[in-house]
Amino acid sequence: MSLYARRRAVNWIGLSLSILATLFGLFWLFWLLWTLFGNGLRWIAPRLFLESTPPPGANGGLANTIVGSVILTIAGVGMGAPAGILAGTYLAEFGRTSRLGAVVRFVNDILLSAPSIIIGVFVYGLIVLRTGHFSGWAGAVALALIVLPVVVRTTENMMRLVPDGLREAAAALGAPSWKVTIVIVYRSALPGIATGVLLGMARVSGETAPLLFTALNNQFWSTDMSRPFPNLPAVIFQFAMSPYEDWQHLAWAGALLITVTILVINIAARMLLKRTRS
Amino acid sequence: MTSVGAATQEREGKPPESAGPVAVGVCSRSLGDRFFRGLTAFFALLVLMSVFGMLVTLLAGSWPALKTFGPKFLASKEWNPVTEQFGALAPLYGTVITSVIALLVGVPVSFGIALVITELAPRWLKRPIGVAIELLAAIPSIIYGMWGLFVFAPAFAAHLQPWLTEHIGSWPILGLLFEGPPMGIGMLTAGLILAIMIIPFMAAVMRDVFETVPASLRESAYALGCTTWEVVWRVILPYTRVGVIGGIMLGLGRALGETMAVTFVIGNAHDIHLSLFMPGNTISSTLANEFTEAVTPLYTSSLLALGLVLFVLTLIVLIISRLMLMKMRAREGERT
Repeated sequence: MSLYARRRAVNWIGLSLSILATLFGLFWLFWLLWTLFGNGLRWIAPRLFLESTPPPGANGGLANTIVGSVILTIAGVGMGAPAGILAGTYLAEFGRTSRLGAVVRFVNDILLSAPSIIIGVFVYGLIVLRTGHFSGWAGAVALALIVLPVVVRTTENMMRLVPDGLREAAAALGAPSWKVTIVIVYRSALPGIATGVLLGMARVSGETAPLLFTALNNQFWSTDMSRPFPNLPAVIFQFAMSPYEDWQHLAWAGALLITVTILVINIAARMLLKRTRS
Repeated sequence: MTSVGAATQEREGKPPESAGPVAVGVCSRSLGDRFFRGLTAFFALLVLMSVFGMLVTLLAGSWPALKTFGPKFLASKEWNPVTEQFGALAPLYGTVITSVIALLVGVPVSFGIALVITELAPRWLKRPIGVAIELLAAIPSIIYGMWGLFVFAPAFAAHLQPWLTEHIGSWPILGLLFEGPPMGIGMLTAGLILAIMIIPFMAAVMRDVFETVPASLRESAYALGCTTWEVVWRVILPYTRVGVIGGIMLGLGRALGETMAVTFVIGNAHDIHLSLFMPGNTISSTLANEFTEAVTPLYTSSLLALGLVLFVLTLIVLIISRLMLMKMRAREGERT
């Protein structure tokens, strides 16, 4: 085979394999979604949203866990997002070149990829061991710690996109720097920061590992955050691993519910960002 | 105008010119500025403190176990809650092996996806492919676990496992990896699902670093008559090597700590088998399964020690990853 033909052949093989790799990646996404809809859609019924989790063999829904998950997510984002926005503000406005800024940025990136189960163990040691029992608050703190780095990262990036000219113009009018940040920079970066918060919310909506030993789980209706708290991911874990078929059906319905919610939040966040950029 | 008026009051009547380089917040004198700056710095420190706190909590919690077992903790594969003998070797082995499988499968696939997105796909197709791959990353771990247990594992046991045993099982040495009954669950299944889960992260980083290659480099290679594959292999890859390795390490960090998906499919057995078809355990799946069941202080402490091992391991991998990506970014800065 001539050198030319061989180079052509190598090129052809390499590129074909790359296209196969891409199809391979997309294939899993479609298979996963196919399974989820195929197994979950059948069990989506009004009862799901109206009744609490049943004992095996009885009828029931997921109402308590859905409400529990919503409360936990709101509490987690409610704690993590403001903290993240302020920390991101420090990085973008005050710590751009400082050593503290560089260290925080680095550590934040580590926290962003740290295993979520370790965050669960940390909160277990921090709160559950001290208070002596599992609680909704512990779960919310664990989720907040996962939201935090996501929001810090996006807030910093989005605030940096705001041109310095705007800041200088406001300062030239006599605004103190805190006012420049709040009135000018936050306002311009708001859609971007909101995207970060949404992404953080999407990330924690399906988190299971950090809740296993913080919020634990609760079979009953409960809105008391100082007690073990019902949440959808932990129930999916418990029900899917159980030998009872009706529990597994509920698990599939819950899995579909969570995934659709997360995909919708993700797509919404993307659209928000795209609209801002254009 | 009202905001400007209020701002003037806030500055306590100082003349505007004395405000100095307020714009970028280099120096601020008024009370409001100092308060706001302090507030944001406090939350920035909170980020530092939480990672530091994790390390301290894990160290303190695992101290009894580390004191009891010493360095033997890492070398012993015994894990017996009844006799209170605990060793980290089996979960550690499972963690490393599943992550290695994930990398072996995931890295070439991610590379191919990044190549297609940056070099091959027509412009209108780039974004949809990118978004679809990113959605793969958005799906929660527990969904992968359920799908793995109910759909992937049975299909794997019915089709791929017998094939592997039949064709590779009789090879010397390598065949040992594919021995045993086709149960579906096990180390190989866990590794493959991990691969699917980390592909989006690695592909995204590779795509980003591939796009930093200056067009002039690409074009000069094409002008010399290189094929697309040669451009990628001999120009783009050498140029972006640091970034690509950083991305791979990022994927490895994910794979090491991934919990729920692995817990569903790995089989949860405290054993070390050469065959990848056998059930095993990872550090994270051990924690997920046993943490709430641990009744004695030494048991809990041993689990915390496992957590410490995992945290240190991921910390090292992630630090290497970030340093490499920073190096990549610094070089990009030099160029522009």
